[in-house]
Amino acid sequence: MEKYDVAIVGAGMSGIAAGIRLAHFGKKVCIFERHYAPGGLNSFYFKEGRKYDVGLHAMTNFVKPGVKRAPLNRILRQLRISREELNLSEQLGSRVSFPGRDLRFNNDFGLLESEVEREFPTEMDGFRKLVETIQAFDDTEFNYPYRSAREVVRRCITDVVLEDMIFCPLMYYGSSTEEDMDFGQFVVMFKSIFFEGFARPQEGIRNIIKLLLQRYKEAGGIRRMRTGVASFKIEKGRVDRLILDSGEEVRADIVLSSVGLPETYSLCSEKIVSETDIKTGRLSFTETISIFKDQPSSFNWGNDTIVFFNNRDRFAYREAKDPVDLTSGVICIPNNFAYGETNLTEGIVRVTCLANYDSWEMYTEDEYNSEKENWRSRIWNAAKAFMPPNSLDYSRNCIAHDMFTPKTVEHFTWKQRGAIYGAQRKTKDGTTPFANLFICGTDQGFLGIVGSMLSGIAMANTHALR
Amino acid sequence: MTKDECKQVVLDIIAEIAPDEELSDVKSEVALREQLDLDSMDFLDIVMELRKKHGIEVPEGEYGHLVSLDSCAEYLTPKFDALV
Repeated sequence: MEKYDVAIVGAGMSGIAAGIRLAHFGKKVCIFERHYAPGGLNSFYFKEGRKYDVGLHAMTNFVKPGVKRAPLNRILRQLRISREELNLSEQLGSRVSFPGRDLRFNNDFGLLESEVEREFPTEMDGFRKLVETIQAFDDTEFNYPYRSAREVVRRCITDVVLEDMIFCPLMYYGSSTEEDMDFGQFVVMFKSIFFEGFARPQEGIRNIIKLLLQRYKEAGGIRRMRTGVASFKIEKGRVDRLILDSGEEVRADIVLSSVGLPETYSLCSEKIVSETDIKTGRLSFTETISIFKDQPSSFNWGNDTIVFFNNRDRFAYREAKDPVDLTSGVICIPNNFAYGETNLTEGIVRVTCLANYDSWEMYTEDEYNSEKENWRSRIWNAAKAFMPPNSLDYSRNCIAHDMFTPKTVEHFTWKQRGAIYGAQRKTKDGTTPFANLFICGTDQGFLGIVGSMLSGIAMANTHALR
Repeated sequence: MTKDECKQVVLDIIAEIAPDEELSDVKSEVALREQLDLDSMDFLDIVMELRKKHGIEVPEGEYGHLVSLDSCAEYLTPKFDALV
């Protein structure tokens, strides 16, 4: 039976980052991935000769090289990857767009401050107080107690529209809970989006995955693709061995699981945790991707990198009642980053909305396909209302499109209910009831591409390297 | 090994961990943290690279000896000499 120092389940961002650390320091480590493609929730696929990115629209946490203590620069050091290799281009600018209100922001926090002052002049003192509270919070500690972020924000800000406009991007980019979030999580997200910002390698997520895999290989890590872990055989409170989908068994001193908390527990042969305690996430999403022959700037959409929109009085971040919730969403235009002379060859517009897992789950195959068509055009119309006017004839100008639903996510990532942000409860220190089994990735609690890599690094350092 | 050689070993490790840091005029007697942007994760890496590259063990209770280049040389040189 093959025996490893560390077995990592899942070749997503956190699993590969953990693997790089462990392999670099001489551990015999193997990553097991059920899918044929690496990347997990942040991946890519080919369809009709075109490459599509899935997962996060942009990398959050952008800071200039050399900025001290910044998560992005910290993880690159830990992984021995240089900023040049990552080749990041900054966003042109983004917006939170609500009925009659717009807050623009970019990678310079000063823009958001001046926008808040313009739209909400009487809230400026409160906004500054909130910023100070965020700066004073120590987010390097793993085990802070839960505090409602809504309550903390309301102590500073009285206008509910401004409150919702601040929460909207932070929730869309990383909240596994409905309507409210843990203040610690809020701080991490606020810093990563508003203090720091968005950037993207021109090649997209593929460039990051390629770099990570290259480092992992150089460091001597082993990777087994299309090799799922079917279960963990528990003996005496430890994972004694991993049973693979093929029936093969392997042993490891330490197991790092990036597949999610409820998903990890369901792999364990011994149930010592009551399953009802671990609530599977309820928040899942749908995304439409439209490809245009022309650059978005040619149809007047050249300025916005990401637009977070909401068309109701209050922003509702909760499980959709309809198959797709059209009241809010996120528009991302990957062309609108400062790439320099050459842009992407085609125009791309992605629109993400909250979706209802059960609706998509219940459709027959025919219904599923026709509902996808139906909702794709409705999503497009909802998003268009928040973009500059143009004379674009969608059906004529759009040369290709695709759409994924919570079912698609579940099918390719094995995330229960397609809940990309994972379970509602996180295990911040990564520990489980089993002595040598640790959680990294989404359900450890750091989100986004940078957060997931940081999670893998932190859990590898804490549980497998000391 | 001379103390200067030992300092160079430490500097080489820092250069690998933190390629974005300017290391040409690091003062030997001044704490590394005061001159460079190194956090606890980076110090842990210095310890682990010492083990990986040179087989030198630094127990957790003795990390304090790595505060400056001078204190590194004082503490690590005998350990290097003991290897030969």
